[in-house]
Amino acid sequence: MTLDWHWKSAREIRDAVQSGAVSALDVTEAYLRRIDAVEDKVDAYTQRWNDTARSMATKVDEKVRRGETAGPLAGVPVALKELLCTRTGKTTCASKMLENFRSPYDATVVRRLEEADAVFLGKVNMDEFAMGSSTENSAIKPTRNPWNLRCVPGGSSGGSAAAVSAGECALSLGSDTGGSIRQPACLCGCVGIKPTYGRVSRYGLVAFASSLDQVGPLTRTVEDAALTLNVICGRDAMDATSADLPVPDFTAALTGDIRGLRIGLPKEYFTDALSDQMREKIEAAIEVFRDHGATIVDVSLPCSEYAIAVYYIICTAEASANLARFDGVRYGFRHPEAKTMQEMYVMSKSAAFGPEVRRRIMLGTYVLSSGYYDAYYLKAQKVRRLIKKDFDAAFEQCDVIAGPTSPTPSFEFGAKSDNPLEMYLSDIYTISVNLATLPGMSVPCGLTEAGLPVGLQLMARPFEEETLLRAAHFYEQNRGFDMGRPPVA
Amino acid sequence: MDYEAVIGMEVHVEINSKSKVFCSCPTDFHAPPNTNVCPICLGMPGALPVLNRDMVNKSIAVGLALGCKISRWSKMDRKNYFYPDLAKNYQISQYDLPLCDNGALEIEVDGGSKRIGITRAHMEEDTARNTHALGGGQSGIDFNRSGVPLLEIVTEPDIRSAREAHAYLTALKQILQYLDVSDCNMEEGSLRAEANISLRPKGHAEFGVKTEVKNVASFSGVQKAIEFEIARQEQVLRSGGVIIQETRGWDADRGITFSQRKKESAHDYRYFPEPDLPPIVVDDAWEQRIRHQLPELPMARKQRLEAQYGLSGYDAHVITLSRNFADYYEKVVASGADPKKAANWLTVELQALLSEAKAEITACRVAPDALAALLKLIDTGEINGKIAKEVLAEMFTSGQSPDSIVQEKGLNQISDTGAIEDAVKQVIGASPNQVAQYKEGKEKVFGYFVGQVMKATQGKGNPQLVNEILRRELGR
Ligand SMILES: [Zn+2]
Repeated sequence: MTLDWHWKSAREIRDAVQSGAVSALDVTEAYLRRIDAVEDKVDAYTQRWNDTARSMATKVDEKVRRGETAGPLAGVPVALKELLCTRTGKTTCASKMLENFRSPYDATVVRRLEEADAVFLGKVNMDEFAMGSSTENSAIKPTRNPWNLRCVPGGSSGGSAAAVSAGECALSLGSDTGGSIRQPACLCGCVGIKPTYGRVSRYGLVAFASSLDQVGPLTRTVEDAALTLNVICGRDAMDATSADLPVPDFTAALTGDIRGLRIGLPKEYFTDALSDQMREKIEAAIEVFRDHGATIVDVSLPCSEYAIAVYYIICTAEASANLARFDGVRYGFRHPEAKTMQEMYVMSKSAAFGPEVRRRIMLGTYVLSSGYYDAYYLKAQKVRRLIKKDFDAAFEQCDVIAGPTSPTPSFEFGAKSDNPLEMYLSDIYTISVNLATLPGMSVPCGLTEAGLPVGLQLMARPFEEETLLRAAHFYEQNRGFDMGRPPVA
Repeated sequence: MDYEAVIGMEVHVEINSKSKVFCSCPTDFHAPPNTNVCPICLGMPGALPVLNRDMVNKSIAVGLALGCKISRWSKMDRKNYFYPDLAKNYQISQYDLPLCDNGALEIEVDGGSKRIGITRAHMEEDTARNTHALGGGQSGIDFNRSGVPLLEIVTEPDIRSAREAHAYLTALKQILQYLDVSDCNMEEGSLRAEANISLRPKGHAEFGVKTEVKNVASFSGVQKAIEFEIARQEQVLRSGGVIIQETRGWDADRGITFSQRKKESAHDYRYFPEPDLPPIVVDDAWEQRIRHQLPELPMARKQRLEAQYGLSGYDAHVITLSRNFADYYEKVVASGADPKKAANWLTVELQALLSEAKAEITACRVAPDALAALLKLIDTGEINGKIAKEVLAEMFTSGQSPDSIVQEKGLNQISDTGAIEDAVKQVIGASPNQVAQYKEGKEKVFGYFVGQVMKATQGKGNPQLVNEILRRELGR
C-alpha cells in the first residue's frame, strides 16, 4: 500500500511512523516517487533535498527503533516556502537577487518542525519576495495549478499550495502578508491558515511587510493544520513581536460541535465583485453551518472598501525598508559592471529585482517621502485602526466571520499579469485579516463547473485559532461531498 | 554691532552594555574584524532585532540624571539611507517619541553656573566601520561595531561660547562616568560630539544660519573648532557675506574647519515606526527602580564634600571630576587622614604621578589606606614632606607600604639636635660670604643655608629644627 502514502494526511503518517507501522524512510521514498511523477507538470519545487529528506527520515526511524517517542510530526514530509531561511540548500525568495544565497541559520519555524521530527523534501516556489497572487512573479519558473495546468496556483505561496494539492508533500509552510497562504490554498483546493499576528515566530522569515507577515501551514485536512500549529506556534525570544501566550493543543478544539456558534456574514463581502460561481458555493457552505445549529448573523465591515488602498500603502512602505538590505554589499547579487558605490546599488537592484518588486519598492519609498508621509502612510495607519475597529464591533455579534477567500477561482497564466491593479484585487477578501492582525483560514468548499476549487474563508478574534479550527473542521467533516483529487496524474 | 554665538550640541554616547542593542553579540569592537557579528547585526535576511533591556535601563538612568522626563510610551523608528556601513540600509533609532526629553544640565563656567536645556536623549544603533586601507582599491567593512548601543543626547541652543561647550561636555562626561554607562573615550569613538553653531546680532531673538561641526576627536578640539567657527562666521557676516548651512569637518593640524557637505544633499530619511519592535512602555515602578539605583551625582557630591570636609570649591571640584577619584578620596579620609591634607596630596602629588603614567585612579597601586598611612608619617614627624613625595613615588611604582619603604631606605627624619647642629656649623663655616650677606640683612640668603643643611642631611633633617638651629647659630 506504500503507493498511497502520498495521499495520506500528516496525522495518519505521523501515527503510522510513531507506531512503527511504516518507516519514515518508506513514506519519504513514496513522496520522492510522487514528486518524480508529477513535478514536470506542476513545477512546485525550486529545490529538491532528496538526500536531506532520506537522512532526516532515517533519524526518525532510528528514534522509533530505539523505542523513543518520535515527535508530533514524525516522518511527515514537508515542503518549505523559498523565503524561509534554512541552513540546508539556498534561500532564494524566488529572486535573482538571492539566487545563490545560503542562510547561515534556520528560521525558528524550520527548527521547530525539525525538532518535531518532520522530514524536509525541499523548497517550493513563490512570487518573488512574496509579492504577487499567482506565483507568476517568481524569477525561477511558473508553478501550475494541479487542478488545471493552464491555470495559476495563486500566490504568493503558490508552490506550497500546489505541492500539497498534488500530493507532492503532506503539508507545507507558507507565509501570508495579505492572503498569500489563504488565496493559493483556495485556488488549489487545500486548507490554509494564517495564524494571529504574533502567534508564530517570524525569525528567519525573509520580511516583506513586517507588521503583516505571518507563517502558517497549508495542508490537506483541518486536523493537519491544527497539528502543525501545535508545533510552530509560541513565543520566540528572537522575535519581539511574538506573543507570550500559552499554546493550546489545537487538535483538542476539533470537537465537531458548533452548536451556538455565531457566524457573521459581512455584507461587504457579498457584492458584485464576487463571481456567481463562488457565491453559490460559499452560500451552500453557510447552509451547512445553519443546518447544524450555528446562528447566522449579518454583520458589517464598513471600512472594507479602503482595505486594498491601506494595505498597498503599508506593505509597500515596510517593504521599501525591508528590501533595502539587498544591496550587493554583503551577500546577494552585485552587478559585475558597477564601478562606483552608487552604481553598485542602482545597477544591482535594477538587474536583480523583478518588475513587481521594483514597483512596490518605489511605491513604498514614495509614500514615506517627506511631504507625502502624512497623506499616505499616516492616513493609512489611521484607517488600519478603523478597519480593526470594524472587526472588534463585528465580533461582538459573532464568533466567526465567514465569506469567500478569493473573488474568483484560479485563472489562466497571463490573465492578470499585465494589470497589477486587477491582480491586487485577488486579495480583496484576505488583506483585512492581516491589517486587523486576526487569524484567518481557507477551507475547500467545492469545485466550479470548470473543475476549479473554491475556498470558504473563516476569520476569528485574535488568538482564537481554536474557534476557527473547530468551525473549519466541522465544515470539512459535514460538507457532504469529497473534494476529490486534482486530475494531475 | 556685536554678534552672539548660539550653539547646540549633539552627543552620541556608546552605552557599555555587555551585548549589542538588538542582538547578543559582545560590544567589544577591538576583536579581529567581523568576529563579534551575527545574522542580526549583519542585516541578514529574516533576522529580527530584540531590544536590549540593559540599554533601556541605562538610557533611563542618563535621562533621570539629566532631569529629563522619561516617556511612558516611546517607540523605535527606522531611519532609511543607503551606505555600506549600514547593514540593513536603515538605522533603528527614535524619531518623534524619544525615551527621554525635556531635561537640563547645570554647568560651571567662568566661576558661575548655567543651565543648559536637554531637548532629548534617544536610543539607536551604531553602524559598522569602513576601511579603505586594504590596498588594491578595495574597501573593507568591519561589522563588530554594527549594532553597538548608542544614546544620542541633544541640547537646546543654550550654549553661547566655546568655553561653555567645553564645560557642557565635561559635565556630561562626568555624569555618564558617574552612572557607569559609558567609558566616554572620544578617541575610540565611544563619545562623539557635534556642534551646531550660528551667530546673531546681540539682542536679536531670531537664529542665524547654522553650520554643523563634526568629527572632532577631543573636548579641547571641540572648543577650538567652535572658536574658529565663531570667528569665521563673524568675518563672513562682517564682510557682508552669508553663512551657508552645511556640515564642516575639523582639521586639528591646521586648526581650521572645512566644508564637508552642503545641506542641499541632505537625506530624506523617510522615518517610520519600526514594525519589528513593540513600543517601549516604562511605568512608574520601572522608573522608580532606576531612580533608586542612581549614584550620588557629581554636583551633589561636590557640595557634600565641601560641607562635610571643609574643602575649597576648587578642591571639591577637582576631586569629584571622576567618580572613582572621589571614591578614592573618601576612602583615604575614611582611613583616618586629615581631609584637607588628603585633598592636597591627592590632587597634586598623586595626580601628577597618574598623569605622568597616563594611568587611571582605579589602576593605582597606592591603596587609599596606604596613602593615609603616608600622611600619618608626616604628621608624626617621622618623615618630612619632601621625603614623603619620594616615598609616594616609590609606593606608586612598587605598591609597597610607606612604612616598609621608609624603613628599608632609612628615610626617617633626623630630629637629633646634635646631628643637625653639626651640619649647621659645617655649613656656616664653609660659607663666609653668605654669612656676611645675611648679617647685612639679606634675609633671602637664609633659604640658601636651609638648602645646604638639608643637602648635608640627605633631606632628612626635620625642617622645623633646621630653621630653629640655623637662626640661633647665625646669631639672630
Ligand atoms: Zn549580532
